[in-house]
Amino acid sequence: MAGVHFEHVTKRFGDFTALKEFDLEIHDREFLVLVGPSGCGKSTALRMLAGLEDITEGSIYIGDRRVNGIPAKDRDIAMVFQSYALYPHMTVFDNIAFGLRLRKTPKDELTKKVKDAADTLGVDTLLDRKPGQLSGGQRQRVAVARAIVREPQVFLLDEPLSNLDAKLRVHTRAEISKLHQRLGTTFVYVTHDQTEAMTMADRIAVMNEGIIQQVGSPQELYDEPVNVFVAGFIGSPAMNFFSAKAVENGEGLRLDGDGFAVDVPQDRAEEMRAFLDREMIFGVRPENIHDKDFVPSGITAAPTTVTVDVTEPMGNEVFLHLLAGKTKLLARVDPRTTVSADDEVEVVIDMERMHIFDPESREAVRTA
Amino acid sequence: MRHVSRGPLHVAIIVICLLWMLPSVGLFVSSLRPRDVIATTGWWTSFTTPFEFTLTNYEQVVSAQGMGQSFINSLIISVPVTVFVVIVAAFAAYAFSWMDLPGGDTIFLIVVGLIVVPIQLTLIPVLQMFASSGLTGTFPAVWLAHTAYGLPFAVFLLRNFFIALPKDLLESAFLEGASHRRVFFRIVMPLSVPSLAALGIFQFLWVWNDLLVALVYLGGSRSVAPMTVTVSNLVSSFGSEWHLLTAAAFVSMLLPLAIFFALQRYFVEGILAGAVKG
Repeated sequence: MAGVHFEHVTKRFGDFTALKEFDLEIHDREFLVLVGPSGCGKSTALRMLAGLEDITEGSIYIGDRRVNGIPAKDRDIAMVFQSYALYPHMTVFDNIAFGLRLRKTPKDELTKKVKDAADTLGVDTLLDRKPGQLSGGQRQRVAVARAIVREPQVFLLDEPLSNLDAKLRVHTRAEISKLHQRLGTTFVYVTHDQTEAMTMADRIAVMNEGIIQQVGSPQELYDEPVNVFVAGFIGSPAMNFFSAKAVENGEGLRLDGDGFAVDVPQDRAEEMRAFLDREMIFGVRPENIHDKDFVPSGITAAPTTVTVDVTEPMGNEVFLHLLAGKTKLLARVDPRTTVSADDEVEVVIDMERMHIFDPESREAVRTA
Repeated sequence: MRHVSRGPLHVAIIVICLLWMLPSVGLFVSSLRPRDVIATTGWWTSFTTPFEFTLTNYEQVVSAQGMGQSFINSLIISVPVTVFVVIVAAFAAYAFSWMDLPGGDTIFLIVVGLIVVPIQLTLIPVLQMFASSGLTGTFPAVWLAHTAYGLPFAVFLLRNFFIALPKDLLESAFLEGASHRRVFFRIVMPLSVPSLAALGIFQFLWVWNDLLVALVYLGGSRSVAPMTVTVSNLVSSFGSEWHLLTAAAFVSMLLPLAIFFALQRYFVEGILAGAVKG
């Protein structure tokens, strides 16, 4: 068991900087997810940890050991590849046993370990087959079995679910979480899918353009994103953003967007005062916009009038595409709503849950 | 509908195949006809006139004219060369595609560049070298020469195949603790059987059909001459003895034909290698 520490790690490919001053502490036994859009450097970070890419600058530690320059095979890690990378000419048994054989594991022990790993992943009946005879889900399990059989210190997973169909993905997500609890090993998991990150991670590191944007628990990232990128990336459907100004309104403040206006509650007025008569980026998540007939109790409701563009009933909820002047908004409302397209309706924004970002730095504005 | 529209294409292909096969069929039929008959009528008449076929031509060529010994000599030359080329090229191709060699790409470019060097350019210097080391007229001389001539293309072919193998597979093996040697023998070689077989087949046929290299480095003495050399000697000494020449020519075609029919699958894959898989 060991933690992982990235210290000021930079990676350049020629003139292109894939990773900039990357600092990250991954705790022992933690399930950490690196998430970000494609090309953000998350896979590069993982491959450097695995020893498949050189480190241009900085250091990587596994436990107390600095692993720069140490070959992949001596780092005591295992990795599940996106393509699974099963050896097509070997049986499932031989695939799982490959690493153990290289370590000259005695035959009885090897057979037992392979059987145990196969049992854990539910592939014990497939040991004589070749990868070509397996379904996508089975291959994925074999790839995981092959990785856990060596009992590595750190377990790396590079988008292991992206080749599975949607239903199997949901199922496998839970399986991987269970596996993590059971093995108690450090997991580093790379994905571009924020849902995977939210559902499995102890902590998430959100990356963009080679830079870590924010590290925190799923709920922290969701509730308190530090900038526009994280706010827009975490959560599905994504947060609504629009530019707005704060204006004085008698006692308090009023948020003036293009085509709509809402009152700002007293306790959040302070942080907005900086944007008095100045543009800001205002963010609100779709579930914090409610149909006025179905407003949950206990929220600070700020009503405003908008036009309904499209309604999308999902069964358990309805997505409303709204137009407030030229601004487009997405709301996620109670399924009992009776609004239909082209209606002019009153919706209620939960202003306690609003997010404000500086338009220049795109960082969140906080009252400390 | 599909069959109708493809009809003319199929007819054209069949006609072309027949035309292409005609000389070989003629050669084969002639080689089975007695000397007098060959001299007087064309091979195509042998199906109408009373059947007159014989195996004497073959008996004579194989025993009296030394084609039997030459057949064995051809094998002694072709088999080791094929093995050398495939093994050395596979090692080199692996190094060029998966090992971090300083200047590896440059070396690879030079190797590929050697493909365009005409063989004739090398004959005299190499022969001088062989002569000074006493190798002329021995099998090792042609083994060395053929291996060297075959390597540039072989390295090129295999390197392009190896580099197209999924990177993840090899990386996964390295992560699990495999050395280059182990990855080469346990992963790359088993996955490359089709391309290795294709290369082997082509290399074997090139060497089997070669006259120039054998003639220059081995000379024409019967104990070492391969079939190509023996057949060409027959042409000069028995220029008008068609019954012998046709039989000799057909004996020299036997093995390539057998290989072709046995391993057709790999031929096609070999021709496509690099074209489709990049």
